[in-house]
Amino acid sequence: MRKPLLLLAGLALAALPAAAETVVITGATLHTLGSQGTIQNGSLVIENGRIKAVGANVAAPAGARTIDARGKVVTPGLFDSLSRIGLVEIGSVEGTADASVEDDRVTAGFNVADALNPRSALIPVNRIEGLTRIVAAPSTGESLIAGQGAVIHLGGPGDFLVRSPVAMFARLGEAGARLAGGSRAAAILRLREAFEDAKDYAANRKAFDTGDRREYALSRLDLEALIPVIRGELPLVIEANQASDIEAALRLAKDYKLDLILAGAKQGWKVAGQIAAAKVPVLVTPMENLPGDFESIGATLENPARLHKAGVTIAFMSGEAHNARNIKQAAGNAVAYGMPWEAALAAVTSVPARIWGISDRYGTLEPGKDADVVIWDGDPLELTSFPTAVFIRGKEMPMTSRQLELRDRYKDLSGPMPPAYRKPQP
Amino acid sequence: MTDRLRRTALGALALLLGLAPLACASAPAPASAAGTAEAKEKPKSPKNKKMRKEGMPASGPEMRRVTEAAYASTYKPIPSQPVLIRNATVLTATGDRIQGGSVLLRDGKIAAVGANVEAPAGVTVVDGTGKWVTPGIIDAHSHLGVYASPGVEAHSDGNEATNPVTAEVWAEHSVWPQDPQFPLALAGGVTAMQILPGSANLIGGRSVTVKNVPARHVDAMKFPGAPYGLKMACGENPKRVYGGRNRSPATRMGNVAGYRAAWIEGAQYRDQWREYEEESKNGEEDPDMPDRDLQKETLAGVLDGDILVQNHCYRADEMLTMIDIAKEFGYKIAAFHHAVEAYKIADVLAANDICSDIWADWWGFKLEAWDGIRENAAILQKHGACVVIHSDSAEGIQRLNQEAAKAMAAGNRMGMTLREEDAIRWLTINPAKSIGVDKQTGSLEPGKMADVVVWSGNPFSVYSRAEKVYVDGALLYDRNDPAHQPVMDFELGHRTGNEVDQ
Repeated sequence: MRKPLLLLAGLALAALPAAAETVVITGATLHTLGSQGTIQNGSLVIENGRIKAVGANVAAPAGARTIDARGKVVTPGLFDSLSRIGLVEIGSVEGTADASVEDDRVTAGFNVADALNPRSALIPVNRIEGLTRIVAAPSTGESLIAGQGAVIHLGGPGDFLVRSPVAMFARLGEAGARLAGGSRAAAILRLREAFEDAKDYAANRKAFDTGDRREYALSRLDLEALIPVIRGELPLVIEANQASDIEAALRLAKDYKLDLILAGAKQGWKVAGQIAAAKVPVLVTPMENLPGDFESIGATLENPARLHKAGVTIAFMSGEAHNARNIKQAAGNAVAYGMPWEAALAAVTSVPARIWGISDRYGTLEPGKDADVVIWDGDPLELTSFPTAVFIRGKEMPMTSRQLELRDRYKDLSGPMPPAYRKPQP
Repeated sequence: MTDRLRRTALGALALLLGLAPLACASAPAPASAAGTAEAKEKPKSPKNKKMRKEGMPASGPEMRRVTEAAYASTYKPIPSQPVLIRNATVLTATGDRIQGGSVLLRDGKIAAVGANVEAPAGVTVVDGTGKWVTPGIIDAHSHLGVYASPGVEAHSDGNEATNPVTAEVWAEHSVWPQDPQFPLALAGGVTAMQILPGSANLIGGRSVTVKNVPARHVDAMKFPGAPYGLKMACGENPKRVYGGRNRSPATRMGNVAGYRAAWIEGAQYRDQWREYEEESKNGEEDPDMPDRDLQKETLAGVLDGDILVQNHCYRADEMLTMIDIAKEFGYKIAAFHHAVEAYKIADVLAANDICSDIWADWWGFKLEAWDGIRENAAILQKHGACVVIHSDSAEGIQRLNQEAAKAMAAGNRMGMTLREEDAIRWLTINPAKSIGVDKQTGSLEPGKMADVVVWSGNPFSVYSRAEKVYVDGALLYDRNDPAHQPVMDFELGHRTGNEVDQ
């Protein structure tokens, strides 16, 4: 697990919005994900952007706005551990996609924070369905090491970077082999070369600057970006699916004392014991079960349950942008295929908070945490449930989106004027 | 067509018609080399003349039927014993919900449905307490078998992207029946599906509708009596594929010119056959039978009303243009597929009796999908249009019930009162209608095929799973009984529990 508040160069800690409203939510079933567990008929107080109090008997502060949430369910805002929100508007429209580069050098220096768009039209669509935070991750274009990702909140453009960089991202397996010239062994070789160069560079910066050091395979800024990785200060996320690739990643992490996180791991259940023993967290996409390529043979909907049972720390990821909101459906499917309900909810709240080193501020309904709070009209993992209110860092989000405006424009097709005249009131 | 090819083809036809084979008829006929210079010659040997009189097809439609017979369904329901599912919540897909209901499956058919169904002697009783029963799920838009798993280049058999009009290709000739995606869909309650060519082309070829049964060949999966579909595609895909090669179509107007040019040829071909039919009827001595052309034969099949148009189209304005084209050439569009903007023209689609085969919530992955909304199904339903939730995905096909649940819930969030008995129709009788098999399956009504799913609970809950799946009365999938869980050849050694590393 990452240590919260680890002081890293470039780490941005978002300040809370000023003048946030005081709100008390009453009468709800509160899934705190913390030491209080689930509280029936409980209350939660939001003050100054934070959770002030949670419990069965909590006094409402004077002047607080009360939200009667009887019969409703309250959880922390949901977290997508690997997303492209803010990086991709329309994948096929050149100019709106910034998650990857067509550059075959190792692009460790590439940082999504320089491209993120906190005003993306995708954000409200996902936010009104309970998603409040994500890891915006780079995807591999032509480079084995894709670059650095960031944790962002979806509560608006102000201070949207929660933690940047949060991790370095790389690929092994079929994609990694292709990027390295055609063999899995070449991919490992390229990563080792990158780490060796970064180590040498870190110890000989001065000599490098004066031209008194051997040539490196990487550029200076890429080497700089890798230094925290080889020091174990910045996690390295390796996407790998085949059991042997997972094992290769585990060996690499051991050799270089990397802070490894696995992503994908479709055959993870075959080596669950090894992953658990190495205490490596895994990001999974629960609904992917096709033998869609040779490294995915044996993929199963029971993968999350089997990994969980073996003691592996799991968080869920969507790997996408437009429908990252369906991460709750993914969590529900993990439950349908054997994962305990509480563990599945934790995999989109408290567990990613720990994996990404932000558990001091987010992930549970506990006093002192940022008030990312969602009120649901039913079981949050159920297909027919929706949020009735979403708070991000204490601010209530408007329950609107471009998609809902389209809906309202066209839900009745009669009328004398063309649809273009039906628009939201300012 | 050369003389030799023509004669062998005619011989094969004679065989199909049950006529005495000609001397040269034993070799299979290669596909017609339509449109070659040789095809312009029309040799008329006395032998040909005699054959026509004795049994050659007298019309274009008859010619199609005769040639299609070689590829006819050989599907036979797997033998089954009578089953009575009792005390379940039954969604019939006729609009009803029966609490504590029963469904009797006998001789491959639905024998009875209701609150009180007598158990015949010797029937296997399935206790449905706490469970839900629905018709088998039907996916009107699948590429299983033509884009099989693993999805490597060697399995890329869904787009004959060599020409913008390839009406001559048939999806069934790409279907790999060992695709391990079929049993995954079965475990999701899918009992039938339409498998389509991809959308690279303006006119991509014929679809095939299959029963989701493991078989050694596609013929043994083919849904008996199902009409063929013709895949057409609007918008970004064809113009990107061909525009990228600096050939037409490179624009949407190029797309439309391409469809129209194809239909002009199809109509001419149909007219040539009509002329021939007329001449034959009038007893003319040597009626001029047109040379066969596989591409135009399929197009004429649409114009004759035998083949259903299945039209990939995202944008509302393009769907309206496609309706114009259908009017120009006198054919009917059975369904718009994907139809991401169908909600904008729900009234027109209802008036034209065109189904919208849609995703619940895919949007934004390309510009023509930018306006996709979760309420698409609900708004269509509200205007009385035919709604089908389809998958177009080997993952999505496994949980179409969940997709429908999201679409239903979005409608209710908008203020509608959509219930499970409404939403089940989006997955069963409506897709059956959009692919032309609604007389045989798609609802729980006596006499229909016993394509039935027993769910562990409400199928619109994320936690429910298909427990038992019957196809024509045979239990082809049982979640609790490995003996009723098919494993395809490709997955032997990986999914059978004998692996060393499990």
